Amino acid sequence: MSESLLEVRGLTIHHGQLCAIDDVSFSLNQGEVLTMIGANGAGKSTLLRTIAGLHHPTSGAIEFQGVDIVKMQPNRRVGLGISLVPEGRRLFSSMTLEENLQVGAFHAKKGPFSIERIYELFDWMPQRRKQHVWQLSGGEQQAVAIGRALVANPKVLLLDELSLGLAPIIVERIYALVPEIVAHGVSILIVEQDVAQGVTVANRVHCLLEGRTSLTGVPADLTSEQIDHAYFGAELAKATPQPGVGE
Amino acid sequence: MSNPPSPALDRNGLIAVRRSTHSAIYTLVGALILVVLLTAAPWIVPAEVATTLMNFFILVIMATMWNLLAGYAGMVSIGQQAFVGLGAYATLYLALKGMNPFVTIPLAAVACAVIAYPVTYLLFRLRGGYFSIATWVIADTAMLIIGTIAVLGGGTGRSMPGLQNLSPSQTAHYSYLATWVVALVVVTGTYYLLRSRLGLVLASIRDNEVAARSAGVHVRSARRIVFIIAAAGCGAAGAVLAISQPFIQPTNEFNMQWAAEMLFVSMIGGLGTIEGPIIGSIIFFILQQTLQQEGVWYLIIFGTIAVAIALWQPRGLWGAFRDRFHTELLPVGYWVGETKVKRKIRGGQT
Amino acid sequence: MIWLNVIVQGVLLGGFYALFACGLSLMFGVLKVINLAHGDMAVVAAYVAVFLTPHLHIPGVWSFLVVVPLFGLIGYVVQRTLIQKSIDRDPFTTLLVTFGLSVVIENLLLEAYTANGQTVNIGSLIAKSWHPASIIYISYVSLAVLAAAVLVLVLLQLFLSYTGTGRLIRAVADDREAAQLSGANYRHIFGIAAAIAFATVALAGIAYGMMTQFAPTSGGINLLFAFEAVVIGGIGSLWGTLVGGVALGVAQQFGAHLNPQYQVLAGNLLFLVVLAVRPQGLFGKKTALS
Repeated sequence: MSESLLEVRGLTIHHGQLCAIDDVSFSLNQGEVLTMIGANGAGKSTLLRTIAGLHHPTSGAIEFQGVDIVKMQPNRRVGLGISLVPEGRRLFSSMTLEENLQVGAFHAKKGPFSIERIYELFDWMPQRRKQHVWQLSGGEQQAVAIGRALVANPKVLLLDELSLGLAPIIVERIYALVPEIVAHGVSILIVEQDVAQGVTVANRVHCLLEGRTSLTGVPADLTSEQIDHAYFGAELAKATPQPGVGE
Repeated sequence: MSNPPSPALDRNGLIAVRRSTHSAIYTLVGALILVVLLTAAPWIVPAEVATTLMNFFILVIMATMWNLLAGYAGMVSIGQQAFVGLGAYATLYLALKGMNPFVTIPLAAVACAVIAYPVTYLLFRLRGGYFSIATWVIADTAMLIIGTIAVLGGGTGRSMPGLQNLSPSQTAHYSYLATWVVALVVVTGTYYLLRSRLGLVLASIRDNEVAARSAGVHVRSARRIVFIIAAAGCGAAGAVLAISQPFIQPTNEFNMQWAAEMLFVSMIGGLGTIEGPIIGSIIFFILQQTLQQEGVWYLIIFGTIAVAIALWQPRGLWGAFRDRFHTELLPVGYWVGETKVKRKIRGGQT
Repeated sequence: MIWLNVIVQGVLLGGFYALFACGLSLMFGVLKVINLAHGDMAVVAAYVAVFLTPHLHIPGVWSFLVVVPLFGLIGYVVQRTLIQKSIDRDPFTTLLVTFGLSVVIENLLLEAYTANGQTVNIGSLIAKSWHPASIIYISYVSLAVLAAAVLVLVLLQLFLSYTGTGRLIRAVADDREAAQLSGANYRHIFGIAAAIAFATVALAGIAYGMMTQFAPTSGGINLLFAFEAVVIGGIGSLWGTLVGGVALGVAQQFGAHLNPQYQVLAGNLLFLVVLAVRPQGLFGKKTALS
């Protein structure tokens, strides 16, 4: 049974005069993981920021559990149950690991994720809780950022470019947590440039090319050629010499 | 920015780029008439009107310089009175050495420029509001230092030497003409500066500093040049101020009031335009003359209007007028494509 | 020995400057705003204290109990209305608006109260002092102000470090957007920071009124000192502000000792030297530097 938790219809977003997202529609259902893939500049981060409330769309609708949230302030969306882990982590640099989590917990709703639960999820954290976040490695910082968002007990977790700046093995370990987070009742919308990782954890995939939808579907049904084609666009995919490329 | 007109091609099939609309030609004619009238003013109008005009010119000079600093180079200074005072005292110093006070005016401007140069190395270490207050510290320090120099009158002040040979009306006339000339030089100088390459550089810094820097613009050098120019301009204003006053003292020449007036006038008139400071000064003087009897109420009202304009109409009165009516009296930008006038193609056809 | 008294007086003065400056420091750290009307708020508080004291039938020395919370409230309201509106435009506008407000306030006070000096009447307390040594003279009022300054700074530091709201304030100061994403209403947090700033500066203003005569223009000169204290101590550090205030106070007292005319000048020169040699101040982070 899946109800549409987050629904986006005909969304168009501009950055000044540049059209970043052009008439994009999708929905995120309860308990699923939806991955948006696309190259740099495809508009993915802008999309997440707009869903989180940091950016205003030009037109279109964003509905959360049936409620239109387009005009809602970011902090109120957190109250509803939408949490964004922003691109680049954006931890509070003057504060310790624990303080970062405490800030996330201040406006938290009731739910399975408390600071102690986060410490169980990431067992290296308790010993390092009093350390300042600038002393942590990139992967550790990413974990803290996720923890900070989770501790608010969201219904929808938005993950923006988790892999950015991290070594592949670290990225793998972080993505390994996704099923466990979903098991706690959180639905996840992932934005990723790293196609392999993004597709591995996804129930559904949505590809963006220059702000427009180029491909949607279930990973099992999609071939890597189809994804390449949708990711890079027809001309570039043709230029790659690979046997069996369509058209 | 106002809506750009749709592109049109010139006779070579290229998109036309022009500097002005037709209104600029009319401005030139109007300006020439105005220049003639204002030069003859001391002989045409009563003495009090001439004095008011003179004070008006001083304000226009200071406001134009402040507008150059803030509206174009993005530096909010509340310490320009430092250079007003230094210009005044440079004039006094040279007059004490035996120079004709009127001759000292350009020298006072140069002196201020010279002092401004090392000052920028201190000031530019700070940004934003901290830069602003630091300019105030500089002004305060300059005032205090001058106040310790006995030969310049110390804290109590003294009168300007070298003017005793002239009759009161001669002094008034020459002061007026000197101030008028300085105002003319400053305003036209600023106009040509902003139409020059430096003006383009400044506009690019104002619009997007990061982009300007990555396009190769030397942001800090450009700002330094503007600061020095603004110091010179305020120095010249201070020089004519000193000449026009019977008594020169630090609390007057370095008064914070100049900073307030420069700022309010530019904000109300319109930051980032040349006409703005002039329009603002006109309004200021009208207000001041009307409310002269009421103590400092004119300043309170003017300040409140300035705050309101900053919050609700940040382009100022001239900015709003320019946006609505698409006219510019002193154009510093470029029009791409059509202007409103029928184009005169060489050969006489229209 | 006389130099010891100079230092003592400098330290006492420094306490006052730190109290005056901590609000300025907080508003810059959190809202990224320099409130050029900060000093005038102190003077207005002093005038309000003088005005209210006869009406409330309390001795002048306790007037701060009413005025300080009042100004906290005023600070919150002013921030949520005027200051927020100018922040929404750009930092430029905020400077212009706060400067404009400063001039308007000073001139309104001038119209209402004239340029004559006023004091907050604390009766005979003003004259009482302690003489630990024959030439060292510590007035009770100055000592009380220093104690109040240290107490305020300690409480503020504790509040910021150990309470949830304090953490939110620090979070907003670090990264406003990230704080919003963690559920913080940043406008409300700005309001709280402004309330604290206004409350502390009101306390400083009343303290000033107790120590000496004040007039409508007193705010301006004290803003200058507060700013110098912050820069000398280091932008972004609360305790740096205390050290900066003391350094400024001592410099001024040395200058005054040489010649009363040199008092303010000595402070300005110390500021300019620090700016030239160590622009981030003694304990500062480099946030306000180019």
